[in-house]
Amino acid sequence: MKTELKFRAKFLERKRAFTDGAATFLAVLSTVLVVAPLVAIFAYLVYKGASSLNLDFFTQIPKPVGESGGGMANAIAGSAILLAVGSLIGVPIGIAGGIFLAEFGRGTKLANAVRFTADVLNGVPSIVMGIAVYSLIVVPQGHFSAFSGGVALGIMMIPTVCRTTEEMLLMVPNAVREAALALGVPNWRSVLAITVKTASPGIITGCMLAFARVAGETAPLIFTAFGNVDWSGKLNEPIAALPLQIYVYAISPYDEWHRLAWGGALVLIVLIVLAVSLVRYVTSRGVLKGAS
Amino acid sequence: MAQVPEISIDQSQFLPESGSPGEQSSVPAAPGEVSAIRAFLSSRGNSAIADLSFHWLMVLCALSIFGIVVLIAFELVVRSRLAWNSFGLDFFYRAFVDTYTNQPMYWDPVNGHFSALPFLYGTLVSSFLALLLAVPLAIGVAVFLTEMSPGYLRAPLAFITELLAAIPSVIYGLWAVFVLVPLLREHVNPWLIKLLGWTGFFGDDNPTGLGFVSAGVILAIMILPIISSLTREVMTAVPTSQREAVLALGATRWEMIRMGVLRNARIGIVGAVILGLGRALGETMAVTMVIGNSPEIRRSLLANGSTMASVIANEFAEASSDLHLSALMELGLALFIVTIIVNAFARLLVWAVTRGEPSAAR
Repeated sequence: MKTELKFRAKFLERKRAFTDGAATFLAVLSTVLVVAPLVAIFAYLVYKGASSLNLDFFTQIPKPVGESGGGMANAIAGSAILLAVGSLIGVPIGIAGGIFLAEFGRGTKLANAVRFTADVLNGVPSIVMGIAVYSLIVVPQGHFSAFSGGVALGIMMIPTVCRTTEEMLLMVPNAVREAALALGVPNWRSVLAITVKTASPGIITGCMLAFARVAGETAPLIFTAFGNVDWSGKLNEPIAALPLQIYVYAISPYDEWHRLAWGGALVLIVLIVLAVSLVRYVTSRGVLKGAS
Repeated sequence: MAQVPEISIDQSQFLPESGSPGEQSSVPAAPGEVSAIRAFLSSRGNSAIADLSFHWLMVLCALSIFGIVVLIAFELVVRSRLAWNSFGLDFFYRAFVDTYTNQPMYWDPVNGHFSALPFLYGTLVSSFLALLLAVPLAIGVAVFLTEMSPGYLRAPLAFITELLAAIPSVIYGLWAVFVLVPLLREHVNPWLIKLLGWTGFFGDDNPTGLGFVSAGVILAIMILPIISSLTREVMTAVPTSQREAVLALGATRWEMIRMGVLRNARIGIVGAVILGLGRALGETMAVTMVIGNSPEIRRSLLANGSTMASVIANEFAEASSDLHLSALMELGLALFIVTIIVNAFARLLVWAVTRGEPSAAR
């Protein structure tokens, strides 16, 4: 009887140790399985894309099918224009919303509702934003335009910028605000020139994060900016965009276009990785260390 | 530059019998009636109007977020009215019959027959397949990063997982079309058909490699970072006392994780999974490129299909009639409502566990 109990105890010991080891193994395995696709994607992008990146890629527009060469210069310029318009709309409104959440509405029910709605809006599919902006701007105007594409991107930036601005402003110590008020600085000026200025590195990185997220969005641009095979000057015309061009080329049957798509993908991913790394670097240094 | 005012203190004010106030008193000697506007203006010094307008400008911009949601909903409802009036509620489950083959036909722009059933089916199947693949891996990664990994690995691995979230959808799609689909087609699908073909869910009539399995795999890769980072957040929110208590009772490390951490964080983990589901439901570009785009319902998981988002992306720019466009808008409205409900529910769950810290999950 005693040896039976001893045997059972030893068996349980071994079983628990085995389960512990198996769990550790599974956890390490899942980490490897998660890191592997990322490494695979990056490696393949560099391998396939590097060969098509030359000066032509950055200076020429796409050539007709069947001719080799050409580039994606109009798509890169178009993306820059769309992001500029989007930032013009998204960044001021987003920062203002963040200022409200952190300075004026802290703890109120309205602020909680705004914060919750911003988070939910972040999760709305970008294609739904695209068709809403289509119905709002493209249909009344009667044509696709860079302006509508910029508006779609701007609306997508607002919730992200708002939330990160609020987080950064909450990190500014209350002593700074109280010192400003004690000196008789008007409230609006204290918020703008002192609190926001103190948190400005963090706010800028929040804008960069929204920028990086929106730079890769394709779905809202399919029905608003629509794409363009040539240079586009005015905001009233359809305009090419880098992710949109990548999508069109990727699903096409032409090898030359596939090559261009890989090059464009490499450019896009390098820009986004740079932005994300910069964001991480600045926020790890702390919001207030680099304060002017 | 302000002049220092002359200060002359009347010593008599400190004597108990006299009562005249000092010279530098700022309160008007005779209070009398002060109008509300004057009281307001003088209470804030010189900046009352500027303060008020600034305050309301900020409130307006914050309310713009509500405005955006209302605007999107309004536009979608208005444009989908035509389809709603034509089909009503059975837009979501009706099956027409193809007159030539007598097979069920769901999406027929030529004859004006529109039913959303194949897209609902496609969205649900691809999303749940993605969850099936992603949730164990994401929780495994989160457990490893929070509890098991050595300190020097934590930051780089967390950075890599964040980087996965930052990659645009179209690049995932590009990689999937040229790398993942051939890989699955040559090496994985034949094994699936051989081993699991008897279940009826893995037919061999689609040799292209596109289909729900490919879409499920690429979606799983895309929703992994979200589930993993949120799970890490809720796991670190569990107090250390819980872990120490379980260890004090003689548990192994895995038992400590299972009983002390995962059990306490399970509500938040459910919220993270639902948030991942919300992202998978609305994912467009990568799915459009690998799912084969066929508006049919087949039992095989290797068959071509279509999701709500992918059919909008494919057919919107070339919609042939007003009814077609309106039907696509109605699909968009359904997608909008479903993702809002799923995301709101998930955010509430995560908030309940992390107790309302404002956290922008990236």
